Amino acid sequence: MAPEENGTRRSFTSGAGLERAARAADATAAPPDAKMAAHDLHAWFGTNEALKGITLSIPEKRVTAIIGPSGCGKSTFVRCLNRMHEVVPGARVRGRVTLDGQDIYASGVNPVRVRRRVGMVFQKPNPFPAMSIQENVLAGLRLSGEHAPDPAGTAEKALRQAALWDEVKDILKRSGSSLSGGQQQRLCIARALALEPEVLLMDEPCSALDPIATARIEELIHELRERYTIAIVTHNMQQAARVADFTAFFYQGELVEVDRTDVLFTHPSNRKTEDYITGRFG
Amino acid sequence: MPLTHTDREYEGELTKLREQILLLGAKVEAAIAGAIRAVVERDDALAQGIVGGDAEIDRLEVETDQLCLSILARRQPVASDLRFLTIALKLVTDLERIGDLSVNIAERSLELSKEPPLKPYVDLPVMAQAAQGMVREALDAFVSRDADRARDVIGRDETVDAYYEQIFRELLTYMMEEPRNIYRATRVQSVAKYLERIGDHACNIAEMVVFMVRGEDIRHRGGTST
Repeated sequence: MAPEENGTRRSFTSGAGLERAARAADATAAPPDAKMAAHDLHAWFGTNEALKGITLSIPEKRVTAIIGPSGCGKSTFVRCLNRMHEVVPGARVRGRVTLDGQDIYASGVNPVRVRRRVGMVFQKPNPFPAMSIQENVLAGLRLSGEHAPDPAGTAEKALRQAALWDEVKDILKRSGSSLSGGQQQRLCIARALALEPEVLLMDEPCSALDPIATARIEELIHELRERYTIAIVTHNMQQAARVADFTAFFYQGELVEVDRTDVLFTHPSNRKTEDYITGRFG
Repeated sequence: MPLTHTDREYEGELTKLREQILLLGAKVEAAIAGAIRAVVERDDALAQGIVGGDAEIDRLEVETDQLCLSILARRQPVASDLRFLTIALKLVTDLERIGDLSVNIAERSLELSKEPPLKPYVDLPVMAQAAQGMVREALDAFVSRDADRARDVIGRDETVDAYYEQIFRELLTYMMEEPRNIYRATRVQSVAKYLERIGDHACNIAEMVVFMVRGEDIRHRGGTST
């Protein structure tokens, strides 16, 4: 580069612009506080060890994606984050998982209370077919034995947050299963949000959806990040690259690497991550 | 790369891209060597061949860009593949510029051969060899994914710059001695300047190779860079 060109460029970026840029860089460099954290977390199905000592933080009000091949333990990991793993017969957990610093596996902790604070959305949209759209949204509240003082208002709020309100406001009495797959998934997100959780776990939320419905959910994830801490399990690496602030790569029950998403997808530090995300596995 | 892509067609596309860049690089290297020989040997036919050959370099540049775009659109490369693709897009521009500079050298050669020789060329061919060597080494570093070798190229830019200074000062004395020398001396000075720029482009390529291999951006880091 000729020196005179360098000089011009420097004068363009000097002063206030540079300071702003430096501040922005600082803001992204400081790691946000962990909302949840796993410490040496092991999980078994019978004798099969699905997680072999995972230590990973889920930063507050950020989206953390967990990627990895089938059977790597990514779904098991998020199911451990709201004590869903132990529901499976023969399943065991060892290690520590904290939510705001409190161990959710400590004795005396009620798993139902944990699941209230840490909601989950599954791969296949699973609205209750016998219930109306509004009843579906309120089902979580009802199952945890609570009565919403203003059911219509609560349902509207959750449906708005799930970006479904405009599409269903005139058909709230219709069955949940009358909606399209993408709408059903947003209905399930609304059901999870109605409980006002702090953390939202999403296990392959888009794998049964078409690209447009997927884009809607991803758009929604961007909005939800303002208020919720999100962990999303996905097979789709492009999806992780699009929605997540941080990405963790799991392989054979171990955490191989976790980093800022842009770093992980441009310059991963681990060879296994590199091979997996570039499609050089197997 | 110890492992190849599971998708062989993708692997094939990346291989083709690498080969295309090497082909472009070979053409550009030949253009530098030919252009300087045309100057030194006052060979008009050779100079015209270099000017005419630029169309082929331009065509390869366009084709390589298209291949890059197609891979980006269809494969969404990540990690080392992404770094390779993005530097490929930039690297072809530097190579094409080197091709243009070789054409400029050939054009000055055509102008100079109409005049009686100013002086025997001593430093110019050596400088040309140094600049061409930088291009070759940068491309070899690219092929072998060797960041250390690429850093070596960057270090060699100082030598080429020093040659330019030396040639420039010598030409100044010719011009001060005799105003009638000015036309030819400025032509020769231009050729030296083109070679100096070729060295800078080689440095750019070398910096990209370091980024491709290590993911580390070493551009604009004071003294050592261009």
